[in-house]
Amino acid sequence: MPEPTTAAPPTTVTITIDGKSMTVPPGTLLIEAAKQSGIDIPSFCYYPGLTLQGACRMCVVLIEKMPKLQTACTTVVANGMVVHTANDEVKNARKAMLEFLLTNHPLDCPVCDKGGECELQDAVFRYGAAETRFLEIKHHEEEKKFSNLVYYDRPRCILCYRCIRVCDEGMDVNAYGIGFRGAHSEIIPNHGDKLECEECGMCIDICPVGALTSGTYRYKTRPWELTYTGTICNHCGDGCKTTLSIRNNEIIRANNRDHSGFNGEFLCAKGRFGWDFVNSEQRVTSPRIRRDGKQEDSTWEEALGTTVARLNNIITRHGADSVAVIGSNRTTNEENYLLSRFTRTVLGTNNLDHHRTADFSSLVGALTNSHATDRYATMQGVATASSILLIGNNPTHQHPLLAYQIRQAVRQHRARLYVINGDEIKLRRQATLYVQVKPGGEADAVRALICNLGPAADLLAAGSTPISAVAEKLKTESNTIIIFGDEIRGEMVGELVRWGLTLPGRTRFIALGDYANSRGAADMGLLPGNLPGYSSITDREARAYFETVWGEKLPVKPGRDLRGIVSGIHAGDIKTLLVFGSNPIKTLKLDGNALSKLDFLLVADLFPTETGALADVFLPATSFAEKAGTVTNTCGQVQAVKRTMRKPGTRSDLEIIMALARQFGRKWPYNSPDDVLREMIAKVRGYSIALPTLLLGGAVATVPEGIPPALERVDLISTSGDSLFTSGTVSRYSKALNSVEEAKRPHDHIF
Amino acid sequence: MGDYENYLKGSPLEVKVITRRIGIPNSASIDVFLQNDGYKALAKALAMKPDEVINEVKNSGLRGRGGAGFNTGMKWSFVPKQSAKPKYVVCNADESEPGTCKDRPLIEFDPHQLIEGVAIAGYSIQSNQGYIYVRGEYRYLLDILDRALQEAYARGYLGKNILGTGFNFDIATHTGAGAYECGEETALLNSLEGLRGYPRVKPPFPAVVGLYGGPTVVNNVETLSNVPSILLNGADWYSKLGSAKNGGTRLFCLSGHINRPGVYELPMGFPLRRIIEEVGGGIPGGKKLKCVIPGGSSCPVLTPEEIDVPMDFDSLSKIGSMLGSGGVVIMDEDTCMVKAALRISRFYAHESCGWCIPCREGTSWLKTLLTRFHAGGGVAEDPDTALDVAFNILGKTLCPLGDAAALPVISILKKFRHEFEDHLKLGACPYERSAVTAS
Repeated sequence: MPEPTTAAPPTTVTITIDGKSMTVPPGTLLIEAAKQSGIDIPSFCYYPGLTLQGACRMCVVLIEKMPKLQTACTTVVANGMVVHTANDEVKNARKAMLEFLLTNHPLDCPVCDKGGECELQDAVFRYGAAETRFLEIKHHEEEKKFSNLVYYDRPRCILCYRCIRVCDEGMDVNAYGIGFRGAHSEIIPNHGDKLECEECGMCIDICPVGALTSGTYRYKTRPWELTYTGTICNHCGDGCKTTLSIRNNEIIRANNRDHSGFNGEFLCAKGRFGWDFVNSEQRVTSPRIRRDGKQEDSTWEEALGTTVARLNNIITRHGADSVAVIGSNRTTNEENYLLSRFTRTVLGTNNLDHHRTADFSSLVGALTNSHATDRYATMQGVATASSILLIGNNPTHQHPLLAYQIRQAVRQHRARLYVINGDEIKLRRQATLYVQVKPGGEADAVRALICNLGPAADLLAAGSTPISAVAEKLKTESNTIIIFGDEIRGEMVGELVRWGLTLPGRTRFIALGDYANSRGAADMGLLPGNLPGYSSITDREARAYFETVWGEKLPVKPGRDLRGIVSGIHAGDIKTLLVFGSNPIKTLKLDGNALSKLDFLLVADLFPTETGALADVFLPATSFAEKAGTVTNTCGQVQAVKRTMRKPGTRSDLEIIMALARQFGRKWPYNSPDDVLREMIAKVRGYSIALPTLLLGGAVATVPEGIPPALERVDLISTSGDSLFTSGTVSRYSKALNSVEEAKRPHDHIF
Repeated sequence: MGDYENYLKGSPLEVKVITRRIGIPNSASIDVFLQNDGYKALAKALAMKPDEVINEVKNSGLRGRGGAGFNTGMKWSFVPKQSAKPKYVVCNADESEPGTCKDRPLIEFDPHQLIEGVAIAGYSIQSNQGYIYVRGEYRYLLDILDRALQEAYARGYLGKNILGTGFNFDIATHTGAGAYECGEETALLNSLEGLRGYPRVKPPFPAVVGLYGGPTVVNNVETLSNVPSILLNGADWYSKLGSAKNGGTRLFCLSGHINRPGVYELPMGFPLRRIIEEVGGGIPGGKKLKCVIPGGSSCPVLTPEEIDVPMDFDSLSKIGSMLGSGGVVIMDEDTCMVKAALRISRFYAHESCGWCIPCREGTSWLKTLLTRFHAGGGVAEDPDTALDVAFNILGKTLCPLGDAAALPVISILKKFRHEFEDHLKLGACPYERSAVTAS
């Protein structure tokens, strides 16, 4: 929360609305005061969080002692104000505004995308008149295609300017303006006749009518034919709540109109449009077994049977440590927890890793060492922070919600943002101070910041703000949130945390990892040396604890990390590799022969990826939309993923791991993801989360604590560097994301 | 210029205060200006305390000549003394009200009087920067103004340390791009800042949050042109020129069906009937008067029975109209009032900026309805619908443009309803009957 700066002003104002007396804080807008006491004042242009327009005149009310009707959206309450919101004069004015709006409106509600969820329709239904007196010819304009994802229909537009404002004030993109004048005014892109923007679709979402429509949704359905399920977006690590609209077992759109979740209504291009990989015809829906060098469709029974037989054979011949497992940073916590259990107990090895995109382990270790595990920041916390230090990463591309939250903090709470980056990232525009280092110089910059040293002469880009200026300013701030990308890893994390904790107030931290569940993968121990909950496999007590929980012995020998697994394959020590929801050929930039020495390769995935194409057994997995569970965002907040549809032929990773364990003769006590979650809540340190909050759609912050093994090689931590339009392998299968012009050169655009 | 100068030939009934230099050869040059009391008022003002200047203007009863008629000194006094942001004086030279052409000669023939007024206003609110925002169609005036500014700088009446008093003041000119709306003070400020000329939400008023967020006084050309005379001759002298609470003189622009159209400087409160009959020399061809717009097209029209009215802000307000910008438009008995309403509506529909719903949609509706009606396509409900539409605009728009569009139409529909009925009965315009039959 913003810190109070001056002496307390008068605390309340008493006003009367429709005979009801109420007290509200001074400075409250009349329209909000009315809302608080359950009195609805209609409006189109007024939108909480955006600047005031006074344009639609729907919210006019009668204020006693005022000469004419006043707009409730621009009027600040004053003591003793007596307001009437429903007398005849006000009602007639509202009706008149609606009559005006409908004069040139096409009234094509029967085919309009917005029909059934249109604010104009609702307002006319509630306040308007059924008959028209407008006998003239309506203005007509042809529909315009602003981009493959955004269409504009001028006749439907009521010119509330929400799109312009959300794009400018919310997104800092400013893609829209107004063209022409008077009744011929229309919304136009600011660059020629096409949008050049982040394609987030916020403009479509916020449009109260059917003026801005979505290239992927338009004319497809009626909203009342859809079923809606709230779940969590699978793309980046921010964990946006999204409501998937399903018809006939197919996702039709995604938005978050109910403002649930910490992202409110925010979704980026990937969240709003990039779910269509789920519907891709390239999804694999039948298990495949390699026969004579070629993958052929088979049955689940045969594929699983073959896998278990091959695994048994190899483990018997070469020992358990000839097996390695690579997990995913998109699969659910429950799946990751079971994969950790499966690898260590059923397979009997610690050769388990995943593509690590942030050094969560070092953050947990550092905070635990400093007795400061209450200092994990939340996504909501960022939006109301007073001071933010952002080191590395490019949140605009890699963490769109986080970037949005930072902008909110700066715009609405006057937060100071300090940026240290090797690139001219867009968020520098919001920065109070921006230190531009040479590419890759972030860690050195942090060292200079901490030691208060003059940095090496060649560290800063020409003309950059000195690092000492940031150090000095941060000493005057309090409650700073320090956010860092993969540039800060290993012991640098510890140094940064120790220094950060010496700053005034409650400094909090966020490490930025990619994809929906990078954090959960680390939390659940998809790491060679980590058990779930960040205890070390070499810690005898921790091992004993999980041996009790799981009822089996755990292997003592430290496992191989991702690089070690690859070199082990090369050396012939690793004979079998199991890959769940990952594409190491691509992420590790391996050549196709890197896996050729394997005796057996199992891949469970959605698509025939580069790695999947090499598999001896390929198991078609379900996507995030087809399974239940939980994921943990980059801040460590757990949220529930819900099943919204089914994809015949596929199975979730959880079902796959359970089936494999069963075939290995294990009788695990789980019948559903919920059973696994309950065990995690009970047994994994930091995960004793409130189930009701989770089930009601809330985000529950975890408090991980532990001393995991130190990071041995920094090159194990690397971001995928996704853009606004990419999301690792899956975005390749999104038609919508690939249809966007800006996606061709995403980093060339400064919107 | 030939014709135009005819309009400035004047009348013996005039009381020349701000037009007194018009007619002198080279009146726009600083030398002629200086020979005729030029910049004496500025020197006098700079010797006074800023508050004393404001009080002098306040006591003179000078009221805004742009149309709203707010006491000018009072407006200046609303500017906060202390301000973290710079304060500004903005001269509104976006003269666009149909029937109004008074600012044009003031700039063309006496630009230094205006510059002096702006500088005095700047001193009184302790601003160091003034702007003169000239309407796009007055581009040619820009050269005159810019030349005058150069002269004023060269002679030390603008710039640093003016007249050795330590007061610094700069003036820059800026043109609009041809939008009536930019005459509305907050839209003007947006336009001046390089934004689209949309009005701003008020409050805050420009006096507190104006140009670039700084406290800003926005005054009309004629208003500011009066300031030097007030300072030179005193508030008392000025206020006595006009009627009660309506200090000074005012420029009236006579146009329409009148024998001597032109711009005349008359004392505030001069009777409208005498303006038409004596100053303007009556109606051509001895025709009868049908209607008068007293102060620019946004004012409710007056019938011949209503013209025995003193032309000042309060008297016109009392009879339900406005003094406005001083544009007196006279219409004779052969004028079709439906067409007059249509012509006015067409202007406002064209000029509506489109920002708020009632003005954007309402003006356009009125225009199309009246076009159809006047062309003979009217239905019985139309007059009532038009009246209702106008009332639904009235008082509900963000800026006064909506009221400006609604008021004249309402007055015509109320006072000349019978002409609408005539159109309906005839199925065509009675005044254009011959034309209709011919076609």
